[in-house]
Amino acid sequence: MSENMKLTLKVWRQKDAKSQGKLETYQLDKISEHMSFLEMLDVLNEQLINTGEEPVAFDHDCREGICGMCSLYINGEAHGPDRGVTTCQLHMRMFKDGDTIYIEPFRSKAFPVIKDLVVDRGSFDRIQHAGGFVSVNTSGNTIDANTIPIPKEDADNAFDAATCIGCGACVATCKNSSAMLFVSAKVAQFSLLPQGKIEAKDRVLNMVHQMDLEGFGNCTNTGACEVECPKGISLENIAIMNKEYFKASTKA
Amino acid sequence: MCPQSENNILFMKSSIGRKILMALSGFFLMFFLAQHFTINFLSVLSEESFNSVSHFMGTNPLIQYALQPVLLFAVIFHLSMGIYLEIKNKAARGAVKYAMNKPGTNAPWVSRNMVYTGIAILLFLGLHFYDFWIPELVTKYVEGDMTGMHAGSFRYYEELVAKFQDPVRVGIYCLAFIFLALHLLHGFQSSFQSVGFNSNRYTPGLKKFGNFFAIVIPLGFIFIALFHYVSHLN
Ligand code: SF4
Ligand code: FES
Repeated sequence: MSENMKLTLKVWRQKDAKSQGKLETYQLDKISEHMSFLEMLDVLNEQLINTGEEPVAFDHDCREGICGMCSLYINGEAHGPDRGVTTCQLHMRMFKDGDTIYIEPFRSKAFPVIKDLVVDRGSFDRIQHAGGFVSVNTSGNTIDANTIPIPKEDADNAFDAATCIGCGACVATCKNSSAMLFVSAKVAQFSLLPQGKIEAKDRVLNMVHQMDLEGFGNCTNTGACEVECPKGISLENIAIMNKEYFKASTKA
Repeated sequence: MCPQSENNILFMKSSIGRKILMALSGFFLMFFLAQHFTINFLSVLSEESFNSVSHFMGTNPLIQYALQPVLLFAVIFHLSMGIYLEIKNKAARGAVKYAMNKPGTNAPWVSRNMVYTGIAILLFLGLHFYDFWIPELVTKYVEGDMTGMHAGSFRYYEELVAKFQDPVRVGIYCLAFIFLALHLLHGFQSSFQSVGFNSNRYTPGLKKFGNFFAIVIPLGFIFIALFHYVSHLN
């Protein structure tokens, strides 16, 4: 049990999108292994404020692994060394007293740094807007989704795909900076369900087109995304998307 | 433009279209590799059957004028698209690199280095064309000698054995096949994923078969080269 870890942090500091950034070194002590990684950063920021320095900007919101805001490339891995967790769910017990921890923003040409550790993931929103939805009639006579029978397996797979929180760890970790895992989760989630089948063709064409426009790289099936994804989104979704895309492009 | 042809053009330019084309050319090349191996292996078993099959492959019009151009196209396409995509992917990573990155924790080496194993294979192909393919084309289509004969008997076996007398060349061949094995260890199963085949039931078995293919075929080629080298040592 350690309530008293001493850590050396190497944190990426960057004034704004236009400035050059660099790694700064900070010393921290009295870090408890029960803290979450973000709590540890809160301690750092308090220390910086007390010494009159600018606190480190980092993204966070729910702090319980559901919003996808907290990003961070920690010691060479998206969301740090643990598996199946976001940064807010990462515990300091994954580190040891005396460790040096590198903290960098998620990097990709399509995720420009705004300030310090905060990146702009608007490219994901634009991909969603291109087709990551089902158009429903909201004029008052909407049919309840539960009245349509759906095979259990399809419902389960669609649900698994729907757990993607759009965090961007897949992109940050991919050697090609490819967004295929994210986009495929969105495509598969709908294409597996009867409600989503109606717009399936346009959805996959438009979302993939937008993904390419945003400047994400090309998937080479290394599988790194699947390992780093906090929600365990499966590569199977990418295979589903490839098939959907092929069908949509070859059928009139 | 009608929407259909528009779709087709988008397909070729899209990330997914390109990956599917990489996979399809990969399938063709793996099929070619398997048949090339089968024929070469005949040279170990019987000089006579190796000669007659080689003569058939070298003179059959369907193979020469239909499959050979497809093969050449597939090789050029697979290589140039692979290198082009690698350059684009490097650019997509952005200008600033991670100060600390541990790619080995989430993806195998073979999957991350396809372009390097691929370029090693390309270099080998240069030597291979110089050794066999170009002389073959010159004999058949420049000199017009379609008989496949030399000094009263079929020349193919002789030519094969002659190339494997130089230990340096045998060494290069062996090394190249190690790179080929590394390339296939990722490429085989990756091609299936790219064309959208991923199923809980079949994919684990397919991956096993892929690893088997990736090791046994290159090992077989190495065996053939060493066999001819060793059995003609004097
Ligand atoms: S697929 Fe996983 S890693 Fe990628 S955005 Fe969704 S939850 Fe995050
Ligand atoms: S802060 Fe919401 S997932 Fe981490």
